[in-house]
Amino acid sequence: MQGGQLTLTQLGQKANEIRKSIISMLERAGSGHSAGSLGTADIFTALYFDIMNHRPEDPNWDGRDLLFLSNGHIAPVLYATMAHTGYFPLEELNTLRQFGSRLQGHPERTRLPGIEQTSGPLGEGLGQAAGYAYALQYLDNQPHRFVYTMMGDGELDEGNIWESAMFAGKYKLSQLIAFVDRNNIQIDGSTDDVMPLEDLRGKWESFGWHVQEIDGHNIESIIDAASMARAITTKPSVIIAHTIPGKGVDFMEYDYKWHGMPPNHDQAKDALKKLRTLDGKINHEGEAW
Amino acid sequence: MTYPLADNAYGDDVTLEPTRAGYGRGLRAAGEANPAVVGLCADLTESTQMHLFKEAFPERFIQIGIAEQNLITVASGLAHAGKIPFTSSYAAFSPGRSWEQIKTTVCLNEQPVKIIGSHAGLYTGADGATHQMLEDIALMRVLPHMVVVVPGDSIEAEKATRAIAENGQPSYLRLAREKTPVFSTEESPFEIGKAYVLREGYDVTLIGTGTMTHKLLLVAAKLATEGLNAEVIHAPTIKPLDEATILDSVRKTGRVVTAEEAQIAGGLGGAVAELLGEKLPTPLHRIGMRDHFGESGAQADLFDHFGLSPGKLTPSIKQFIDQTPKYHQGF
Ligand SMILES: Cc1ncc(C[n+]2csc(CCOP(=O)(O)OP(=O)(O)O)c2C)c(N)n1
Ligand SMILES: [Mg+2]
Repeated sequence: MQGGQLTLTQLGQKANEIRKSIISMLERAGSGHSAGSLGTADIFTALYFDIMNHRPEDPNWDGRDLLFLSNGHIAPVLYATMAHTGYFPLEELNTLRQFGSRLQGHPERTRLPGIEQTSGPLGEGLGQAAGYAYALQYLDNQPHRFVYTMMGDGELDEGNIWESAMFAGKYKLSQLIAFVDRNNIQIDGSTDDVMPLEDLRGKWESFGWHVQEIDGHNIESIIDAASMARAITTKPSVIIAHTIPGKGVDFMEYDYKWHGMPPNHDQAKDALKKLRTLDGKINHEGEAW
Repeated sequence: MTYPLADNAYGDDVTLEPTRAGYGRGLRAAGEANPAVVGLCADLTESTQMHLFKEAFPERFIQIGIAEQNLITVASGLAHAGKIPFTSSYAAFSPGRSWEQIKTTVCLNEQPVKIIGSHAGLYTGADGATHQMLEDIALMRVLPHMVVVVPGDSIEAEKATRAIAENGQPSYLRLAREKTPVFSTEESPFEIGKAYVLREGYDVTLIGTGTMTHKLLLVAAKLATEGLNAEVIHAPTIKPLDEATILDSVRKTGRVVTAEEAQIAGGLGGAVAELLGEKLPTPLHRIGMRDHFGESGAQADLFDHFGLSPGKLTPSIKQFIDQTPKYHQGF
């Protein structure tokens, strides 16, 4: 998969399809994380359909860009995006969290090709991404490959994140591009109440990172920010993406209670209806995918 | 004295409640009894049931954020200042991530910090292997000064919480997320370091900890219909282990089974193997996780798959009894 194949309108439609898949799979699973999954659907769409160089039919292709999902609880958006890009059949999304499924509650590297690292315990993705980026930059001389990572904002409470940030800054890992899902919520409430993060831009800058802040629902901005990050050859890059938790489903938006809850049957029906008629464009009824 | 079991302990109508609920109530009661008790949480206040304490004593609740290592180090400082800190997270993350901080700042320092590991074992819903903490008993048991308690049900969890609040020692309390059978009563005894004979027998000693004890009761009832008399011991304290109660039983039965929803290496099975190896070598069948991780799935599917449901336990224990001659010292 390479950039530029889909128009911005088509990318927006993909993101909407992915959101519908997220709702359906969470409802069926009966547990799982709605808010962060929906909130990052635009970023995942941009990454998998435009930004990253990858081959869904050959997940271990040695020329690929990588995504290290650090906040593993948003696995539904990763699985849905991977299915929509062709890593595995869409129907398999139905097996989320079921016994024997490749789609574990939190992603497991050894179960599903295309998953770079097992996650769920927060704070560990950035360091693994940094390790890979170090190998590309200093050991294997592969300047054309990039390592992306996605982190939650609450996740930034973890000390391991800042240890990794310091490491990446020291070694100027310019092939490392991190996204922060800045949705202002975590489990116990708003990030401001639980553990304030500001001055977030200043924190990353002081660790030696190039920082951009964008609207995480504007696919063009996401793609542009990634291009800019790739063009910075002297530092690692972080893109602080301001998002709305639960984006696209009005009764979930902004509400931290939806962090770790799936929609029930009626809520899912309601949510799918809202997503089908997004922006007044009526989509066909029927299966979510 | 015979251990008072709930009237419906063996019934299909047995009361169900998660052990973490008992912890929530116990912590609030401990807070009422002692103003030195403080509660620290790492962004999991409600799911670890610390919200009851937080609502009752907002000024004694400290939100640490998602930072389990800091959770422990701050608690150690508070303990040094004379407080009794209870730290709540999921067991996968504390003690999972915070082990060295616990070793150095709690155990070596001999500070009475309480480590509460919720969502431990397989009772973790469909979250999968990363969240199923199966190594915590082993990790905590090897630490000098650490007390390790794995309550069997919510009533016992409440008593255990009150007990560790006042024991003056580093203590680990292992809790489950899902609802599990309440087999004990308010009158049932609980003392740190004591194991309890729930059911007497002479063909085999079945030792359970935590949520597995109730399953062993059901197994013993089933075995009784087949003419086998199993003694069931509930060991809510893994450390210090009640050696006398276990050895007395084993001298009588000559065969031992342990059951836990944890790695048997270093877990209850490990502790009992060490005890018997040194003091009373006896055939032992350890049931639990055998050097593998868990996975996502419905509770019933998981317990069946890993051989921990009563339906899987009974034949496996029966086979052990059939194949193992009773061993008595001096044979
Ligand atoms: C090390 C660790 N501690 C605690 C948790 C439990 N946990 C899962 S998600 C979460 C909140 C994460 O907040 P954020 O990263 O902002 O994600 P969002 O709620 O926005 O999806 C917590 C505390 C965990 N998964 N890992
Ligand atoms: Mg967040």
